[in-house]
Amino acid sequence: MAVTAIFGARVKRKEDPRLITGKGTYVADITPLGCLYVAFLRSPHAHARIKSINASKALSMKGVIAVYVGQDIKGKLNPVPTGWPIATDPPIKIPKYYPLPLDKVRFQGEPVAAVVAENYYIARDALDAIEVEYEPLPTVVNQEEAVKESAPLLYDDIPNNTSFVWELKGGDVDSAFKEADLIIEKRMVNHRLQPTPMESRAVVAQYNSATNELTMWITTQAPHIHRLLISGILNMPENKIRVIAPDVGGGFGSKIPTYGVDALVAFIAKELKRPVKFVEDRRENYLATAHGRDHIQYVQLAAKKDGRILGLKVTSYANLGAYLSTAAPGVPTYLFGLMLSGAYKIKAVNCKVYGVLTNTAPVDAYRGAGRPEATYLVERMVDILAQRLKMDPAELRKINFIKHDEFPYVVCTGIQYDSGNYERTLEKALQLVEYKKMRGEQAKARAEGKLIGIGISSYVEICGLGPSRAVRGTGFSLGLYESATVRVHPSGKVTVYTGTSPHGQGEETAFAQIVAEEFGISIDDVEVVHGDTAMIPWGMGTYGSRTVPVGGGAIAIAAKKIIEKAKKIAANMLEVKEEDLAFEKGRFYVKGAPSRGVSFQEVALASYQGEQLPAGMEPGLEATTFYDPENFTFPFGTHVCVVEIDKDTGQINILKYVAVDDCGRQINPMIVEGQVHGGIAQGLAQAIWEEAVYDNSGNLITATLQDYAMPTAMEIPSFITDSTVTPSPHNPLGVKGVGETGTIASTPALVNAVVDALSHMGIDHIDIPLKPERIWKLLKNR
Amino acid sequence: MFKMEKNTPIKPVETQQKQLYHIKVNINGVDYEHDVEARLLLVHYIRDVVGLTGTHIGCDTSNCGACTVIFNGKSVKSCTMFAVQANGAKILTIEGLSKNGELHPIQRAFWENHALQCGYCTPGFIMQAYWLLKENPNPKEEEIRKGISGNLCRCTGYQNIVKAIMQAAKELRSK
Repeated sequence: MAVTAIFGARVKRKEDPRLITGKGTYVADITPLGCLYVAFLRSPHAHARIKSINASKALSMKGVIAVYVGQDIKGKLNPVPTGWPIATDPPIKIPKYYPLPLDKVRFQGEPVAAVVAENYYIARDALDAIEVEYEPLPTVVNQEEAVKESAPLLYDDIPNNTSFVWELKGGDVDSAFKEADLIIEKRMVNHRLQPTPMESRAVVAQYNSATNELTMWITTQAPHIHRLLISGILNMPENKIRVIAPDVGGGFGSKIPTYGVDALVAFIAKELKRPVKFVEDRRENYLATAHGRDHIQYVQLAAKKDGRILGLKVTSYANLGAYLSTAAPGVPTYLFGLMLSGAYKIKAVNCKVYGVLTNTAPVDAYRGAGRPEATYLVERMVDILAQRLKMDPAELRKINFIKHDEFPYVVCTGIQYDSGNYERTLEKALQLVEYKKMRGEQAKARAEGKLIGIGISSYVEICGLGPSRAVRGTGFSLGLYESATVRVHPSGKVTVYTGTSPHGQGEETAFAQIVAEEFGISIDDVEVVHGDTAMIPWGMGTYGSRTVPVGGGAIAIAAKKIIEKAKKIAANMLEVKEEDLAFEKGRFYVKGAPSRGVSFQEVALASYQGEQLPAGMEPGLEATTFYDPENFTFPFGTHVCVVEIDKDTGQINILKYVAVDDCGRQINPMIVEGQVHGGIAQGLAQAIWEEAVYDNSGNLITATLQDYAMPTAMEIPSFITDSTVTPSPHNPLGVKGVGETGTIASTPALVNAVVDALSHMGIDHIDIPLKPERIWKLLKNR
Repeated sequence: MFKMEKNTPIKPVETQQKQLYHIKVNINGVDYEHDVEARLLLVHYIRDVVGLTGTHIGCDTSNCGACTVIFNGKSVKSCTMFAVQANGAKILTIEGLSKNGELHPIQRAFWENHALQCGYCTPGFIMQAYWLLKENPNPKEEEIRKGISGNLCRCTGYQNIVKAIMQAAKELRSK
C-alpha cells in the first residue's frame, strides 16, 4: 500500500459537520406529507390471557383513523423469525412471535393494540380509551426459576421454558480436572442491561399502491436483514421493499433485531395507503426493545499449584426473554462459549448453556454480545485463582498467556486466534499504571486502613464476523461476508457504497481514508453511502466489530480491482506495457521516465469516454466485491483499574484507568480512541451502576432514565489509553475491529480492582453491579 | 433553574374541537406565530411545528438533555416546557448557533476533539456547553463535568466532550 499518510491519520470526521449543526437526519425527523402516527397500547401484565379488547370508544374519537389488534393481523402477518436458529440436539424450540399477540401477552410492555391517528397526541389519547380484559397468569422472570418443573409455562409446547440446551466440548475436561491440584467453584451473575442508545427506535413506512413499493426508514444496524425478514413477515417480495437507515443515533446491538412492530407499521401503511410513523418513547424503548446479557453461570476452574490453568467447566442459564429475538440464540452460546479460553492456554473447556424463556423483554446482542459475559467470567476466575495461590495476578496471567510466537493458535474451543502479543499489552499497561509503585502505595494505604485495589483484565475477543462457512455451521441464517461497490465518476471523484451500516462509528471517514489511500486522492473526493437498500449492494450491516475488518476489507479489494483496470487503461493511453508503469500519489507514470504519466482523474475520464480503452475492455470504472473473510479477527489488550473504596459509604472512586488495546492496524487512531472511551464507560456502567430489574410479577422497575442508572460525566473518569499494533494476517487491511473491546475489558478490570481492595478481608467475589449499598453491606458485616 | 422572564398574555382561539392558543416565538432570530394546544410540548413545537429537527428527544423524564435549547438566555430542556410558555420568548437552537456559515467555536471544538459519535445527544451538549461557558468562561474540568451532568451520551464516555468544552472555553476567552 502506498504511503500517503491518509490511512492511519487522525482525520476529522466527515460525518460531523451535519451532526454538530443540527442538520443530521434521524428517522424521527422524517415526516412524509399526510403522515399518520401510531401509538401502541402495551400490556401492563407480564403474563396474561387477552379475553377481550374493545376499541370502539377510541375509534369514535376525532382524529383516530384505525385501531389494530392481534385478530386483525391473523393470517395476514407471519411471525417474526429468528435469524440465528442454532443447531442443537434436540432442536431449538422457537416460539411464534407475532407483531401483535393473538391470545396471550408474555412480557410487560408487549404491544396489544396499535392506534393510528392524525397526530401523536390524539393517538396517545386514544390509548386510554381502549378497554382490554386480561386474565392474569402466573409469572416467571428468573431463568433458574423458569426451568423448574413447578414454573409456569410461557408456551404449552415448550417444556421447562427451555428453548434449547447447547453444549460445547473442547478438549478432555475430565483428565484436565483429574490432573488439577485445586478446583475453584463459583456462581456468577452477569445481570441484565438496557442498551440505551440515546435515540430510541423509530419506523416510518410509506406505500405506493400503484407500484406495490414500500419504503421504510428504520433505526437499524442492518437494513438488508431488516428488509429480508420484513418481506417474510409481510409476504411481500423483497425487491419491492426499500429500507433506509438514515443517521442512526447509536444501537449497541439493540437495533440489529427486526421487531414485530416494524413490520406492523409497514402493514398499516399498506392497509391505509398513507405514510405511517412510529417513534418509541424511552419507556417503550426500555420495556420492549431488546435487553442484553442476563446469564447465571456456574463455573469450575481446575489449576495446578504453580498457577497453570488446566480446564474450565461452565453451565450457564441464559435468560432469553419471552420470544427469540433475531440473534438471541447465538449470543449466549457461540459468542460466549467459544471465547471461554480467553487469552490463555487452557487444555479443556466444557460449556453447557440453557436458553430459557421468561416473562421479560427479549434479550439480544448488546455491545460485546456474549464475549463480555465470557471475559468477565474468565478474568474473575483468574483473579480468584491468583488470590487462592497468593500469586500476583499479572504474573499468573503471564504464566497462562498464549505466547506471541505461538500464533496462529488454535484454542481448545476449536477456533484459531489469528495473531497476538498478549505479553506486550500487559507490560505496557502495567508500565502506564506504574504497577509496582501502585502495589507499594496500596500496601501503605492498607496499613492506614484505606481500601485501595488494583484490577487487571487481559481480554481477547472474536470480531470481524465472520467467515460464512463458519457462521453457517452455527445455524446463522445467512453468510457474514460484506459487500462494497467503489464507483469512480468521470471527474475522478469517488463514491463508496458499503453493505455495512455505521451509526456513529465513523466509517464515512475511515472508509474514505482507505479509498483515498489506495487511489492517492483527497478524502474530500470520496463520499461513502450506506444504509439504503436501493443504493448499496446486499450487505450484512454493522455489529460484532465487523464493519472495518469485513466491510473495509471489501472496499480495499474493490479499490484494488479498480487500480488494476485503471493501470491497463493508463498503459494504453501512454502506449507502454502495463508492467512498465508505476502508480504513486494518484498518478500512473512510466518507470524511469516519471514525467510521462497520466493522473488518476485523467484515467477516470478516459474510462467513460471509451476510445482510449484497450481493445475489448468495458467502459466505466467501478468494482463490486463480496468479501468473505477466511477467519474471524481477535483483538486483545489489557486494562488496569485502580480504585479506592469509601469505607463509610461503599462508594467506589476510580483513581486511575489505563487501557492498552490492540486492534491491529488503525485507520484513524482518533476514532479508535473514541471507540475505546465509550466502550470502557459502558463496561464500567455495568460494573457499578446499571441494572435492569424486574420484580417477581414481571414489572420492569427500571423503565425510565430516572430509574435506570446510566452514568453521567460526573461518574465516568478520564481514561489513559494506548495501543500496540499486531496486524491481522488474513484480512486485506490488517485490521481487527475495536467497537466492543472497551466494554469487554472494563467490567472485569473494575470488579477485580474492587475485590482486590477487599481481598484481605477474605472476599474473593462480589456480584455486579457494585452499587455502594452492596459494598457497604458487605463491609458492615465483616 | 429557570424562571419565566415575563408572562406575555396569551389569546385563546376558538376552534371546533380543542382550545388553541396563539403564540409568538422568536427562534434563531426568526419570528414564528402559531395556534397551538396548551399541552403541546415546546420540543414538539420546535421540531414538528416549526420544523427545526436538530433538537432531539431522548427520554420522557427530563434526564437526557438531548432537547436542550437556550431560552431567554438560559439553558432549558425543551421537553419540560409547553409551547405556550414560550410565548414572547427568544429561543436559540443548534440550527442558530453558526453564523454566516461559520461554525461556533464550541461546534468546531466538538469536531476537532471527536466529541461526538452517533451525534444524537450532540446538539443538546453543544447548547448546554454554550450556556455553561456564558455562565463560567473559565471552568475547571470538574465544573464542566458537573455542568453537563444533565446531559447523557452513550457513545463517547464524555472524555472528549469535556476536552472540547475546555478548548472552546479557551478560544472564547481569547476573543
